[in-house]
Amino acid sequence: MSESRRDFLASAGKLLLLTGPAALAFDFVVSGRAQVAPGYSAREHWWGMLIDIEVCIGCGKCVKACKEENGVPEGPYFRTWVERYHVAGGVSEHPDVDSPNGGLDGFRERYRAGDGAKSFFVPKLCNHCATSPCVQVCPVGATFESPDGVVLVDKDYCLGCRYCVQACPYGCRFIDPRTNTVDKCSLCYHRITKGLTTACCEVCPTGARQLVDLKDPKDPVHEFLRTHKVQVLKPQLATGSKAYYNGLDGSVR
Amino acid sequence: MNGPLRHARHLIRVAALFVGLFVVFLFAKAALVPKDFGLYGHYRPSALAANTTRELSYAGRAACVDCHSDVEESRKGSKHARIGCEACHGPLARHAADPGAQAPVKPDPRAFCLGCHAQNVARPATFKQVDAEHAQGEPCSTCHGPHAPEKGPKP
Ligand code: HEC
Ligand code: HEC
Ligand code: HEC
Ligand code: HEC
Repeated sequence: MSESRRDFLASAGKLLLLTGPAALAFDFVVSGRAQVAPGYSAREHWWGMLIDIEVCIGCGKCVKACKEENGVPEGPYFRTWVERYHVAGGVSEHPDVDSPNGGLDGFRERYRAGDGAKSFFVPKLCNHCATSPCVQVCPVGATFESPDGVVLVDKDYCLGCRYCVQACPYGCRFIDPRTNTVDKCSLCYHRITKGLTTACCEVCPTGARQLVDLKDPKDPVHEFLRTHKVQVLKPQLATGSKAYYNGLDGSVR
Repeated sequence: MNGPLRHARHLIRVAALFVGLFVVFLFAKAALVPKDFGLYGHYRPSALAANTTRELSYAGRAACVDCHSDVEESRKGSKHARIGCEACHGPLARHAADPGAQAPVKPDPRAFCLGCHAQNVARPATFKQVDAEHAQGEPCSTCHGPHAPEKGPKP
């Protein structure tokens, strides 16, 4: 009698210990089939973006295309924008940064050639962090990292509490004044799941922005990352950012 | 009631209240949280598909080339060959689906080129830029065709 009870307790304990891993394994198996669009399996991709500052000409086509493609409201709301940096006298702590209308209409010349300063453009967008601070603070699960590495918003579920806007270290989120819910770069999820590139990459004339799939062994990004010194913004925050910048200056925040 | 629970009745009432509220909470949670919530992570799986439904504005360069192969031909080998059609022509997904539905507007032949090529110190030095004197008020198309600009006007 006492023998069998001990047996029972032992096997029950083992079962209890196993349910955790089993649940995890089940989750994994199920998510392996995450079908979000016909012919597209989310587990086969891991998206990011490569931004080459050395060839960005600050034309603003990406900002315009992003607004058009995603119906971003007029005015100071951007899913992607371009900043102009001007680092005078080598003082990289205090760069002069401007971004008139997000760079949408391009940049009028403000500086003189040969003033000894460094000047360049920095396109910005959601960094699609692998362990994103904005996702961690959402109280209802309305923003999340998709199985293919894109930080998305569930617009119908968002409360508009603005925690994530505060939490994003890169300032990539805004509240859409029409719906009072949060909005941000979706890496053109409706395009990349159809095999197209993002709107900003589509119109970039110099290849300064490139959509990359880190799970695709044939993607040229692997060669690029191997042969270039590529950085992410604010690496000390360890957010797992997937916006890789080539030629990033130390003054860029 | 004189048993040991004599003084505990108020505690039992509170405990019963808590249990009752907890049951209500469980029912409310079951009713309000979507059934498939948490399937892939802490979110509604349907949000993935919802994010893919938006209509395209930009058709993509491959679509344009299907019908305008002559333009693609004339761009071959030129410095502009890498540029997507819609960088200059704007979003034309509706035109690509049905050419009659959306007539493309021709870009202004001067201001438009300068948007990319005007002199600016923040631009990379390797990118070819022109100052105000370069064309002296003439439209750029007098001397440069837009699709293969270094090969003179209109190839
Ligand atoms: C289904 C075939 C088709 C596709 C795809 C297509 N076009 Fe066209 N496009 C036409 C036709 C037909 C005309 C001629 C209309 C006319 O001349 O009235 C035209 C006209 C144009 C014109 C104007 C020519 C003029 O003389 O004013 C431009 C510019 C243009 N297309 C650009 C594009 C771009 C950019 C794309 C890619 C997004 C594209 N087209 C995709 C069929 C197509
Ligand atoms: C650098 C900017 C630029 C790019 C890139 C570009 N175009 Fe054009 N395209 C123009 C301009 C400017 C005109 C107007 C020329 C004019 O007014 O004579 C034009 C005219 C046209 C026309 C009218 C017929 C003609 O040949 O003049 C068609 C069709 C056309 N483009 C299609 C395309 C397609 C397809 C692509 C991509 C393969 C493309 N364009 C890429 C700037 C561009
Ligand atoms: C969307 C931005 C964009 C627009 C608009 C644009 N260009 Fe360009 N242009 C480029 C890029 C990018 C190059 C290639 C630079 C390179 O590869 O070094 C280029 C190259 C050129 C060159 C060749 C320079 C050389 O190296 O010899 C000429 C000439 C030129 N463009 C003229 C024009 C004219 C004329 C227009 C207006 C019809 C125009 N561009 C509009 C982006 C643009
Ligand atoms: C009167 C004819 C003419 C007009 C108009 C004209 N260009 Fe040019 N452009 C030329 C010639 C010729 C060259 C090649 C000689 C050279 O390299 O300077 C040239 C070269 C260029 C180059 C390459 C510059 C370099 O350093 O290699 C660019 C970019 C360019 N033009 C852009 C434009 C733009 C933008 C416009 C319109 C604002 C324009 N051009 C109008 C004649 C013209």
